[in-house]
Amino acid sequence: MLNLRDLHARVGDREILRGLSLEVPAGEVHAIMGPNGAGKSTLSYVLTGRPGYDVTAGSAELDGVDLLGLEADERAARGLFLSFQYPLEIPGVPALTFIRSALNAQRKARGEPEVSAPEFLKRARSFAAELKMDFDMLKRPLNVGFSGGEKKRMEILQMALLSPRFMILDETDSGLDIDALRIVSEGVNALRAPERSMLVITHYQRLLDYIRPDRVHVLAAGRIVASGGPELALELERDGYDKYARAA
Amino acid sequence: MNLEEAIRLRDPARLPSRRDEDWRWTDLRGLLRAIPEPSRPLEPGDIGPGPFDGLPGDGVSIANGSGPEEIRVAGGEVRTVILRHVSRGDGAHASRLRIEVGPAARLTLLESHEGGGSGLSLLGIDMRLGTGAACERLVLSDLDAEAVAVVELEAELEPGARLGQTVLTSGARRQRFETRVRHPGQGAEVRLDGAYVLRERRHADLTSSVRHEGPDGRTDQLARGMVDDQARAVFQGRITVLEGADGADARMAHNALILSDRAEVDARPELEIFADDVACAHGATVGALDEEVLFYMRQRGLPEREARTLLVTSFLGGVIDRVEAPAAADRLRSWLLAQIGAAS
Repeated sequence: MLNLRDLHARVGDREILRGLSLEVPAGEVHAIMGPNGAGKSTLSYVLTGRPGYDVTAGSAELDGVDLLGLEADERAARGLFLSFQYPLEIPGVPALTFIRSALNAQRKARGEPEVSAPEFLKRARSFAAELKMDFDMLKRPLNVGFSGGEKKRMEILQMALLSPRFMILDETDSGLDIDALRIVSEGVNALRAPERSMLVITHYQRLLDYIRPDRVHVLAAGRIVASGGPELALELERDGYDKYARAA
Repeated sequence: MNLEEAIRLRDPARLPSRRDEDWRWTDLRGLLRAIPEPSRPLEPGDIGPGPFDGLPGDGVSIANGSGPEEIRVAGGEVRTVILRHVSRGDGAHASRLRIEVGPAARLTLLESHEGGGSGLSLLGIDMRLGTGAACERLVLSDLDAEAVAVVELEAELEPGARLGQTVLTSGARRQRFETRVRHPGQGAEVRLDGAYVLRERRHADLTSSVRHEGPDGRTDQLARGMVDDQARAVFQGRITVLEGADGADARMAHNALILSDRAEVDARPELEIFADDVACAHGATVGALDEEVLFYMRQRGLPEREARTLLVTSFLGGVIDRVEAPAAADRLRSWLLAQIGAAS
């Protein structure tokens, strides 16, 4: 599904990714853990095509398609979704209007028919209920005045409605209390499917108690320096990142 | 300086210029070497359809300077007037219109400025709102790129009167909307809103002055706009609260989006307060579209152009949300959408 080979990327003059290779097969959930400044968020922005993040070498493919040659919105239409660490506010644009516009733009790019308003509303109501969100929130401008936890739920709601093939969750647990963490994780787990994959970026092991990864990778100084099963996350929680920071 | 005399006497020395403090950003004397010949009369057939066609209301046209000189709404009457100010050709013309709205009467004025050619035009409106009267003035200006046009409103309100104004414009070679209001306080309310969408080398100037002369008056002003290419917007808003006009509530906001390095916005918001117990606030922002927000929207699948249009539409739509005539507001909204689509 996702195939990264020897990826190098810079932001301004700083090289942040330095030969990152990673493979996430269809249906699997992989976790990326690492110390602050290791390049975790940079990786999510490089994959999603944020301006200012320049790839200088290497390749990134989703289902065999070169992501790096596509615009950010084209990558989204191919099924790539990033749940932002700090979701943005969009004044004046109601959440429902925004998500429906995005969904129909993606469908148009894929040559699929638009989703009708009633059908869309029905699905939005049902996912909002699962995420224990007040439906009226969806009529308000997206994320404006929302708490950190509400913004994260809104990210997962958008993810559910857009139904992507590859999801990147960037520090989704930050700003969530235990109840919210459980609800959000259930929302994410409900999206696990054989034809879908996820990359869960997190600093702490806590989130992985709820979203169980198939593989865990350690990112340090712009490269994957260790990979293993879920037990690797427990080891990191116990011993910290020192060993890997030195190895890098 | 006096534009009306300049046109009537064909004397360019009387045109307002950058030496006049209030006109420094909308210099007409530096622009026009001579005053054009008087405009030729227009036949009714030359006028064509207008932007408020199909809405209920009494049609009134001022074409190349010719038309009625007065509109009266009797006390207690409720009326909609569709006023079309149409200019064609390369001539000059000036007209004055007096609007009287009697006590407790309500006037919805749907006003359009159309054509313009490469001429020079002035429309001056003198408005009086009687006690408890209301006027909702909705202005849509869609002029030719080479037109030079000035629209003035002098409004005098009696206690309890309400004036709501929303001006939408795509500018012209040089264009100015000037609104001066004598505000008696005493329950009278004024809304002076505007939105501009300017591109290429177009210019629009929204200038207003409100004088609170009595206690307990409200003024609320929201102007928003976007400039692209080499366009230039001017916003000058002045609210004066005179001595004794205590308890006034005055709010002013101007927010502009600049979409090009060569576009320009000149803004001068002013509050002058000589009274006590006054609630006043003004805010002004000039900025570009937020690149982080744009990336977020694109990550969700919206192509850049669509994302920009959605942001600008919602930004400017905030002005139309305040319009109190729903059917006309729909027309304003569609027009704005078409302008933004063409501009972004």
